[in-house]
Amino acid sequence: MSRVRTERLRRVPLALALPVALAALVVAVVLGIGLGPIELGPRTVLAVAGHEILGIGEGAPALETTVVMTLRMPRVLFGALSGAALAVSGAALQSLFRNPLADPGIIGVSAGASTGAVGAIVLLPPLATALTAWAVPAAAFAGGLLATGMIYLLARPSAGGGTSRLLLVGIAIGAGFAALTGFFTFAADDDELQSVVFWQMGSLGAITWLKLAIAVVPVTAGVGLLILLARRLDLLTLGERQAKHLGLDVERTRRTMIVTTALLTGASVAFAGTIGFIGLVVPHIVRLVCGPAHRSLLPVSAAVGALLIVVADTLSRIVAPPAEVPIGLFTALMGAPFFLMLVMRSRAVHG
Amino acid sequence: MSAGEPCVRVESVGFTIDGAQLLRGVSFTASRGELVALVGPNGAGKSTMLSLLAGDLAPTDGSISLAGTAPHRWAPRELARERSVMTQSHSQTFSFTVRELVEMGRAPHEASEEDPAIIDAALVDAEVEHLEGRDVTTLSGGELARTVFARTLAQQAGIVLLDEPTAPLDLRHQESLLRRARTLADEGRCVLVVLHDLSLAARWCDRVAVFSAGELTALGAPDEVLTAARIEEVYGQEVVVIPHPATGRPLVVPV
Repeated sequence: MSRVRTERLRRVPLALALPVALAALVVAVVLGIGLGPIELGPRTVLAVAGHEILGIGEGAPALETTVVMTLRMPRVLFGALSGAALAVSGAALQSLFRNPLADPGIIGVSAGASTGAVGAIVLLPPLATALTAWAVPAAAFAGGLLATGMIYLLARPSAGGGTSRLLLVGIAIGAGFAALTGFFTFAADDDELQSVVFWQMGSLGAITWLKLAIAVVPVTAGVGLLILLARRLDLLTLGERQAKHLGLDVERTRRTMIVTTALLTGASVAFAGTIGFIGLVVPHIVRLVCGPAHRSLLPVSAAVGALLIVVADTLSRIVAPPAEVPIGLFTALMGAPFFLMLVMRSRAVHG
Repeated sequence: MSAGEPCVRVESVGFTIDGAQLLRGVSFTASRGELVALVGPNGAGKSTMLSLLAGDLAPTDGSISLAGTAPHRWAPRELARERSVMTQSHSQTFSFTVRELVEMGRAPHEASEEDPAIIDAALVDAEVEHLEGRDVTTLSGGELARTVFARTLAQQAGIVLLDEPTAPLDLRHQESLLRRARTLADEGRCVLVVLHDLSLAARWCDRVAVFSAGELTALGAPDEVLTAARIEEVYGQEVVVIPHPATGRPLVVPV
């Protein structure tokens, strides 16, 4: 056995990791609001935010104010929310399946949520704007729940579902839902629906304050609930039998986790499409730094996930202005090599 | 419940799955203060018996009670305060440290100031205190088994179920694990352990339960139960049983 492996594990405590990640997030949010085809310095961004939100300071000219308050701030804040949701939902799915390769994008949960959202847009009669704004995430949640439930039934650890089964079932379910989404998109008017690219690659381009306000509730509740259940999630990683022997109500915990991950994924997918790999990459990095205990893993993953999406979205705006590169390109570029590395490693361990 | 009063009751228990009858007509009791070995050939039903006692499975015939209630009827957390289980396989997916894994043994209990001391003692008793900070995914099979045993100890349940705990252990750690199991019984707990090594069972246990083809064929003190004739009949292997030169307990040696 190598020397490195026998060493005592070093861990960064939550009290250090979380403030550092949150500080980086705040910096990224301020810079992210400023950068884009119209460039604004952090000072301008803070001046607008201070004046418009807190009612302090002089504010800034009308153009700058519009760019910050209408165009950029809701999308950047939604990006942060969506990153937190996807990272936490990835971490929870990994514990549920006892598999570090589980991710809402990879195993088809996001595809299910997309189908739900698209289905609601196409099939529901035109409603008042506010109602549609609620119906879409609700349907995304239902689609995500359906996908997670199916994957769980077919590839749960106790049903002999190893890594390969989980990934294959995920591919099949993802492909099925993607096809449904494709049909809906094809059948619908362009006005009604975002493009197929939106659902596959994601975009924060259509975010409004209303959508942000709607997503805040389920994401905050979902992340909060999973953090409260942190110790139970730790037990679940031991396996169903062992968790039960240690007093965990396995059935109830599992149901809560399936519903919560669908809620988190649905809230993100309904308004931003499928932004892949965040749920895979972030918990993995955070486990290396803070360890696998969910008490640290979940809050730090939320902060790092938020940071990563805010950075990726900023890049998507500044790489080829005034065009926007789909944000999912950046997260996939980062996530795909990571995914490969994890697959190779899991083969090395499980044979 | 006072020592001597049965806290494990198994009455006419049978278990059938997919048409295969794995256990039939098993009845026995075990009390606090007792260390009881469950032995028998592969496939005799020992581990099924342990799963039934643990509450993983519910008997298809007869009844089981742990401290007065059927295991699968207890609320999970209440049951986990009454009985702890060490299973045969305990593969780890995530890099918890040895200490973190042992801490999970405290999960059924309210958090208390005594927890660190309880965990320290469990680490020492299972001889894994030097591995405390190690990543559990890098442990050897024996080290991991001892870590899980430490977690079982930290759970401090009155009924302790151990499924082949010594299988991955070396000679010394087999001895020390059973010595600790013995003291668990002496402290007033009821300990049931599945073992393959009959001499080890004879050396440490108060009673030995012999399973054969799904039935409990003998139950009693080691020197009454572990006779050459019975072992040959149950295992299909000729043996001699000789008294241990130092302890006088039966030593079972294949011929």
